[in-house]
Amino acid sequence: MAASPVLPKLVGTRVKRREDPRLIQGKATYVDDVKLVGMLHVAFKRSDVAHGQITNVDTSAAAGMPGVEAVYTGAQIAEFVGPMPIGTPFPSPDHHPVAVDTVRYVGEPVAVVVATDRYLARDAADAVVVDYKMLPAVVDPEKAMTGEPAQIHADFENNLAVDSLPSGTGVSADLQTVDSSAVDEAFAKAEQEGVVVSQRMVNQRLAPTAMEPRGVVAHYEPGKDSMTIWSSTQNPHILRTFIAGMNGMGQDQVRAIAPEVGGGFGAKINIYGEEYVVAGVSKQLGVPVKWAEDRSEAFLATIHGRGITGYIDIAAKKDGKVLGMKLRLIADIGAYNMLLTAAIPTLTTLMANATYDIPAIRTTLYEVFTNKTPTDAYRGAGRPEATYFVERGMDMLARELGMDPGEVRRRNFIQPDQFPYATQMGAVYDSGDYAKALDKALEAANWDQLKAERDAARAEGRLVGIGLAMYVEVCGLGPSASLPTGGWEHGQVTIERDGRISATTGASPHGQGNETTFGQMLADQFGVPLEHVTIHHGDTGVVKQGIGTFGSRSQAVGGTVLHMAGEKVKAKMAKFAAALLEVHEDDLEFGDGKISVKGSPDSSKTIAEVAAYAYVPVPLPEGLTPGLSEEAFWEPANNTYPFGCHISLLEIDRDTGEPTLLKLVAVDDAGNLINPLIVEGQIHGGLAQGVGQAMIEEVAYGDDGQPLTASFMDYAIPRAADLPRFELSATVTPTPVNPLGAKGVGEAGTLGSTPCIVSAAVDALSEFGEKHVDMMLRPEKLWQIINGGQS
Amino acid sequence: MIPSAFDYARATSVEDAVAKLAEAGGAAKLLAGGHSLVPMMKLRLNEPSTLIDIARIPGLSGIRADGDAIEVGAATVHHEVATSDLLAEQCPALAETAAAIGDPQVRNRGTLGGSLAHADPAADYPAVLLALDASVQLQGANGTRSVNASNFFQGLFTVDLGADEIITGIRFAPAKVAAYAKLYQRASRFAIVGVAAALEVTDGKISSARLGLTGASTHATRMSASEAALVGTDATAEATAEALGDPGAGIEDVNDDLHASEGYRRAMVSVFTRRAVAAALARA
Ligand SMILES: Cc1cc2nc3c(=O)[nH]c(=O)nc-3n(C[C@H](O)[C@H](O)[C@H](O)COP(=O)(O)OP(=O)(O)OC[C@H]3O[C@@H](n4cnc5c(N)ncnc54)[C@H](O)[C@@H]3O)c2cc1C
Repeated sequence: MAASPVLPKLVGTRVKRREDPRLIQGKATYVDDVKLVGMLHVAFKRSDVAHGQITNVDTSAAAGMPGVEAVYTGAQIAEFVGPMPIGTPFPSPDHHPVAVDTVRYVGEPVAVVVATDRYLARDAADAVVVDYKMLPAVVDPEKAMTGEPAQIHADFENNLAVDSLPSGTGVSADLQTVDSSAVDEAFAKAEQEGVVVSQRMVNQRLAPTAMEPRGVVAHYEPGKDSMTIWSSTQNPHILRTFIAGMNGMGQDQVRAIAPEVGGGFGAKINIYGEEYVVAGVSKQLGVPVKWAEDRSEAFLATIHGRGITGYIDIAAKKDGKVLGMKLRLIADIGAYNMLLTAAIPTLTTLMANATYDIPAIRTTLYEVFTNKTPTDAYRGAGRPEATYFVERGMDMLARELGMDPGEVRRRNFIQPDQFPYATQMGAVYDSGDYAKALDKALEAANWDQLKAERDAARAEGRLVGIGLAMYVEVCGLGPSASLPTGGWEHGQVTIERDGRISATTGASPHGQGNETTFGQMLADQFGVPLEHVTIHHGDTGVVKQGIGTFGSRSQAVGGTVLHMAGEKVKAKMAKFAAALLEVHEDDLEFGDGKISVKGSPDSSKTIAEVAAYAYVPVPLPEGLTPGLSEEAFWEPANNTYPFGCHISLLEIDRDTGEPTLLKLVAVDDAGNLINPLIVEGQIHGGLAQGVGQAMIEEVAYGDDGQPLTASFMDYAIPRAADLPRFELSATVTPTPVNPLGAKGVGEAGTLGSTPCIVSAAVDALSEFGEKHVDMMLRPEKLWQIINGGQS
Repeated sequence: MIPSAFDYARATSVEDAVAKLAEAGGAAKLLAGGHSLVPMMKLRLNEPSTLIDIARIPGLSGIRADGDAIEVGAATVHHEVATSDLLAEQCPALAETAAAIGDPQVRNRGTLGGSLAHADPAADYPAVLLALDASVQLQGANGTRSVNASNFFQGLFTVDLGADEIITGIRFAPAKVAAYAKLYQRASRFAIVGVAAALEVTDGKISSARLGLTGASTHATRMSASEAALVGTDATAEATAEALGDPGAGIEDVNDDLHASEGYRRAMVSVFTRRAVAAALARA
């Protein structure tokens, strides 16, 4: 018998994404492609004022328009959809999905129109007339903290959702005791014999802007008393939990489906008012109802990210060793608490240690309501902010001491033998080798030559700078203690009767490529071709349980649990094969589409033969039950902490202030990689968004609370031409937290990129004595510095 | 992002388009590339009852030499202007202006006529049309007429175009020693400031200069003071820069917005005027 070709091992190789052909050929099904018989369409009338009391809502004209089936005011919606729950333990004001008496940001829904056609619904929404008594708009968070110019929520004095929450050294876990002596001593010592650098920095508001805006279709079937809801979400199981709760239904009565999801970036974790309203209206009317967000709405009604100001103080010795750090954070959270709003800035405090062995740290967190779109998770969610503040601070320290930015960091790194490392902030870093990543980046960027190039350019009168930043991130979320939803994942692996493999995962990919990476793992596990494996996801009717995809967790948690379920099936399958081949199961091996006896490959059964037997088991081997399908739940004992080092080269046009990014080198350590191609794709996306934040993206509001960047004409996102060719490399430090050794990489690119680019800009402007410049690197701002003005 | 209802009609000829415009009595809009009109309709800033599609009228697009002049049809898309061999050879400034518009999608749909009729204060073409001293060709129920570019652009989104008229094209004498320089707005790619310069050089000195400015104020204008300052100076970047001084300081009613304050815009007018002149001289 001719030897059949040996299947390649797929894990660790650059397999092209299986998802892509359908996505780039327009063959994928998104929420807006879902069309049901008798489906009605919802349009929202939204507030065009930032802060106002609703004095009258006149729906009579709208109600009489062609195709209009129903019109609801906020008060009418409130009769069947209550205030929205949040997912954090912080106190929170009532938040109705449709405003009842007060509007608090431009874009907040004030009425709902239901019509037979999307266009008619939109026409009728225009005909709803809302009268407001204008209230002063609260725009500047630092002013808002003084209660000026208005108070947004009655029970939240000075607009503080969170008031001076301390964390770090000397703060007891229950927050009851705060001992500042260690931090104070560090600063006293630095004042005497070292240096203190201090800076206010703004990590500006961003709009997540997924390619596919949000959308939802809800179909309540009165005959079955059940609801199916399709939504562009990152976590259908969590959506199901909340939709069921809000509609007084059991979770068994609700099925949530995330069909193809065209990007989320964290913004589609949240459960939105539109989802509750569409589900509630479908239940009221007993027919399917759809809402598809348009881009104008997306800029106003989908959460924003970042929006946090940091006051950082670093105390250090003259040799660069950091003695202590203080970080006061003021988060501009917008008008309401959404699902995770309040928790995002706590991830900034959690990561304040960065990659450094800092003996004393104190963070103090304020979260402030403003008359703006609420913030919540956006790619990186709290960690890029921490990285930005600390890394910019370290860069300022290096500059103050006249040290190389890499060297000052190296002197403060947590050392490889210190892992697992308990930080001052309560995290336990799993594994790391920061000097290795730094060295690799310095080598990849050719650091000394880069400095020489910069100096040569400067000699020609050009404004060129280099920047370097380290990062460490918290990923692979996480143990249930750290997530209100639970931090596990679920997976099920079924060997079908024909020997092909169906697997379900509670992770809900929307760009992460898990159909490919999970397929690679299972193909290797069972020794079958990738084409024989299908990964099902994003449907609570198919996937029994799950948490979802966020916090760079799908591979580390979802991938691990699928591997575990696979091991269970494999063990059972081996027993069926052992019965067929009349050997002990320990003497069998999987490979090449077969299960064979070790050492005698001719003695084998194909996967299909064993599967056929398992489903018609005559005779049934002793101790076995029919079938080949196993599931697993698993949660990690800790989060993972990937890390890396980014280096950039940037030039500023002396005449115009326009910055150009000439080079971006990234070394990322995400532990073991299942598919380096997909990992690089994730890093590319993250870097692009990091470059976007550093250089061209910013959500801006006028003093009256009117958004100034509510379309792509004013809100820039990076185009290919805005980006240099990314130079990527990796170090590999596996995590002990999961058996795959994989840490997670979805968000990493957004962390190191922003501080390294801004530090390069500051370096380029060094002849003007500028110590810091806030993002985005608006040409006018840089031009002012060049021309001796204030930034 | 959802326009109100409208009817759609395709014009088969310029005469047909003019007739259809007259028929609708002001409630219709011509549709060319749709890249200014459709976004406005989606935002309901413009709610025409009928769209008269002129994009495929035979003969309305194309670039041709006519004696000493060049004519560009109104329905010519930006991409065609950007990549025209005739223009590359005889009037590269116009091609480079088209190449600086928006992104590939915009350049493959948007048309010259649409850009001129819409007259966005930050549009690129108006500056170079002024510098080329081009004329805009119009046709209406009462026949055809020709308007010089410097009379055509009148104010914010306002041009000399009758409600029942259609732009059929532009006509200009090609200028080789000409260039366009632009400061991009990072989101839209429109011009924060754009300056076009068309120069004549005789015996090493500038004998004639025309400068067109866009983005700075409500509509594109000639920079007559700077033009005068250039005439007679040595045809070098250094000499012209010195002669120009600070042209931004003298511009009236300068725009001030999120992307550029008035002060910064003025400064950029000066920078891009110098750059446009230097780039034009590099073609001498
Ligand atoms: C993302 C984006 C970026 C852009 N960036 C730039 C840029 O950098 N620089 C720039 O200059 N422009 C830019 N534009 C605008 C673009 O150039 C448009 O294509 C152009 O302004 C309008 O041309 P159109 O053919 O699309 O006209 P349409 O949108 O079809 O029409 C615009 C207006 O002109 C009228 N009209 C059209 N043709 C005629 C005609 N022959 N006679 C009389 N009236 C007519 C229409 O009735 C309408 O009122 C951008 C547009 C977009 C969407």
